[in-house]
Amino acid sequence: MAKLTIGVFSSLVGSLSLDFAVKLSEAAIKKGHSVDFWLSGNATMLSKKGQRSFKDYSALQRSIQDLLTTGKFQITACEACAEARGFHKEDTLEGCKRHSMDWYLASCFSAERVLHIGGD
Amino acid sequence: MATTKLAFIVKSLPYKTEASRLALTHAIASQTVEIYLEDGDLVEPLLAFVGDGVLNCLRNQKAMQHYGITSLEQHLKNALLLDLRVLICKEDVERFGLSEDALIMDAEDIGGETRASIAPFNEIMKEMDSSDHLLFF
Repeated sequence: MAKLTIGVFSSLVGSLSLDFAVKLSEAAIKKGHSVDFWLSGNATMLSKKGQRSFKDYSALQRSIQDLLTTGKFQITACEACAEARGFHKEDTLEGCKRHSMDWYLASCFSAERVLHIGGD
Repeated sequence: MATTKLAFIVKSLPYKTEASRLALTHAIASQTVEIYLEDGDLVEPLLAFVGDGVLNCLRNQKAMQHYGITSLEQHLKNALLLDLRVLICKEDVERFGLSEDALIMDAEDIGGETRASIAPFNEIMKEMDSSDHLLFF
């Protein structure tokens, strides 16, 4: 089975790119693959805990928590991007790691496929 | 021992969004990636500026004076200082009426030895073809 690395740079609210990336992760894991999920730039918003679910806005916290229970999904936020936005370690969703950008490149190194989804 | 070539393709305008800054910072992060890799494994980065992205390479940027943040010029010079390969699309440089004099071609002022290259798009395409993964910013 393969490893897919997905880097996302779009925000949780204001774009559906993260929704797409999460759905793709679910499909890949369902097929037996593993997924490394990198959040950078505005996408670090997804790493913040305490998201409320409204029908008018994307809400992915539950989906991420479900993916983490599979054991085939890693999610990591860019630490500097998060800190710059006021998302601190204590604000981070349980199971979500924080690293510098070299983590993403290392994940790309060993990935069979990389899907890089840019921001705005 | 393995090498993975990552091509960072920058097509976004400077400063309008964070994209080109993130391209540069991610590309520069290739210099510390070995902490996650086995001995001898390597990430080989390539930075290529195409389309509107060539405007990131303009000299004499004043981001610190106007926005109080580091300029993309500083990041690009850091990339050259670290010997990253930098290609700037020739056709797009011409499309904007620019010449080499207007562009950041080296980082000599901070001790860099590597120079950027103005390359035809078909050469950039060949580099993309030979890359393991493409990262568009």
